[in-house]
Amino acid sequence: MEIFGVPSALLGSQLLVGLINGSFYAVLSLGLAIIFGLLNIINFAHGAQYMMGAFIAWLALTKLNINYWVALIAAPVLVGLFGVILERTMLRKLYKLDHLYGLLLTFGLALIIEGIFRDQFGISGESYEVPEALAGGVNLGFMFLPIYRAWVIVASLTVCFGTWYMIEKTRLGAYLRAGTENSQIVQALGINVPLLITFTYGYGVALAAFAGVLAAPIFQVNPLMGSNLIIVVFAVVVIGGMGSILGSIVTGIGLGLIEGLTRVFYPEASAVVVFVIMVIVLLLRPAGLFGKAA
Amino acid sequence: MTVKKLISVACTAALATLSAGAQAQISGGVVKIGVLTDLSGTYSDLAGSGAVLATKMAVEDFIAKEKPNFKIEVVSADHQNKADIASNKAREWFEREGVDTATELVTTSVALAVMKVAKEKERIALMSGPASTPITNEQCNDVTVHYTYDTYALANGTARAVTKQGGRSWFFLTADYAFGQALEKDAAAVVTANGGKVLGSVRHPFPGSDFSSFLLKAQSSGAQVIGLANAGADTTNAIKQAAEFGITPTQSLAGLLMFITDIHSLGLRTTQGMYLTEGFYWDLNDETRAWSKRFFGVQKKMPTMVQAGQYSSVYHYLSAIKAAGTDDTKKVMTQMKKMPINDFFAKNGTIREDGRMVHDMYLMQVKKPSESKYPWDYYNVRQTIPAAEAFQPLSQSRCPLVKK
Repeated sequence: MEIFGVPSALLGSQLLVGLINGSFYAVLSLGLAIIFGLLNIINFAHGAQYMMGAFIAWLALTKLNINYWVALIAAPVLVGLFGVILERTMLRKLYKLDHLYGLLLTFGLALIIEGIFRDQFGISGESYEVPEALAGGVNLGFMFLPIYRAWVIVASLTVCFGTWYMIEKTRLGAYLRAGTENSQIVQALGINVPLLITFTYGYGVALAAFAGVLAAPIFQVNPLMGSNLIIVVFAVVVIGGMGSILGSIVTGIGLGLIEGLTRVFYPEASAVVVFVIMVIVLLLRPAGLFGKAA
Repeated sequence: MTVKKLISVACTAALATLSAGAQAQISGGVVKIGVLTDLSGTYSDLAGSGAVLATKMAVEDFIAKEKPNFKIEVVSADHQNKADIASNKAREWFEREGVDTATELVTTSVALAVMKVAKEKERIALMSGPASTPITNEQCNDVTVHYTYDTYALANGTARAVTKQGGRSWFFLTADYAFGQALEKDAAAVVTANGGKVLGSVRHPFPGSDFSSFLLKAQSSGAQVIGLANAGADTTNAIKQAAEFGITPTQSLAGLLMFITDIHSLGLRTTQGMYLTEGFYWDLNDETRAWSKRFFGVQKKMPTMVQAGQYSSVYHYLSAIKAAGTDDTKKVMTQMKKMPINDFFAKNGTIREDGRMVHDMYLMQVKKPSESKYPWDYYNVRQTIPAAEAFQPLSQSRCPLVKK
């Protein structure tokens, strides 16, 4: 059977691959959206923090013999703590200034972090083997699905919706949302807003590192792995509406699918399709698909 | 004064004038070598700081062995794989800083841009890193030497070997820029010439990171061999993901441009049994091992063919200046083309009129993990491809400088 001249098996497999990439975009853009929504900081170091997550997993396995499952928790915690230190010592001083300062600071930090890793590990990268429990694959008839990729979808969607639930449905989330609306009143009610903000940045950064550990067995772990991805992820956040939690999840997955389809019909355009959509969305809905107009 | 004494005095005087003359013919009194390479991006492991190190080693060795009567300086810069940055830097070097030659120049787009500037300023471009054949064909000029390898030699080595061993049907995964397209074109020609068939190809954006969609396309083509017409991180990611999607047991991969650093980073488990073509391998003989171990001592990585070729090309360039007694571009180029190259990198290498340095190439097969006895013990040499067969014959040249 063929759809628009493309065998349906190929189309099915490309959609599934799109879904896998989309779930990566979702986790990464979610972290960015949370940070922007609550701190008003455009976190350009997100790609570098994603790379750090992957490298910590690799270092833990090769130097300390710590397995994938431990790294999946430990790497985000460590990188999250690193984020907390950044927030406490540097970012904190920029909240009252224009967005541009936060962007410049985090961009500079990203360059420094990537530079250090490049100096230490070179550019060719390191290999991280797929953990044994998730090795191999299943033949779905229309494609061979590596079990690890299926795991990536499950893990990222769980984390995404868990995060969404925490922010939208719990008391902690309510504090966070209130804190961004009017931090002075919330503080007057006895809630420690600066602590909330620090926690938020740390959590956003930990999400990036989590995606990094998920990515380690799929891509070569190399110092520039984040800088290639981060631009697309920014586009996802802009399309979804800056700071919109659900928007970033839905757009991440949606754009992964669209990218997958582009690779079937016109592969040369697959690197730009996200940006073409971004331009169209910005022209028609400047606040993004899920954003509230300012 | 006896006649004998008179003659010797005259000779001394003549020699003195000659050597003074020779010294005066080095522009600015110093030979300045610029290493314009990728110091931070995707090719920085295969060229990068290792190429700068190789250049310095060549200069040190040349001074120690040949005791030249001119000074030599090395400068380096990062071109970030961008043609505009590279040509601006080269222009600045040639116009203001008295640089005599721009060397290394990995990435085809950079190479093509810099060789134009070199021609305009009548300076020499020595290329070790870039791969595309247009450098010595459509775009060729008389100030450029393409030294280490090119896409023709790679395709000719790898694609021919794989096709002859029964890999009759091919599908290409190609990086969508000048280099990838050149590599695909050269490889496809070799496949068809050896009785194989090309079923199709897919162009992926450069640089890419997720190749699974493209690989699935290649898989559904049913081709026996998937030819990877890309380089660096693109190749390593594609190989890794092909294994993940269960493509490699049924279809085989042919990396058309791979370096020892790629094998090192992927590991033998993923790459075992793959064929690749190299212009150099550190573990070929005592001479290559001796040089490579010196290199390793500083860089902590074994040299790639680009880095070894960089040493050889710089040494040859300096030897030509010494022999010609000048750093005048035309005279040095003539001299470089006249002298054969004999060192640890090449035996009886020659530079042809189109600027192509021809030397033996090697068809390698990656060892199984169990065959690898010591660090960096990665290849079995399957075939030495003699210089005369390794590169595109002059009769097929599209370079206007070649008189037919």
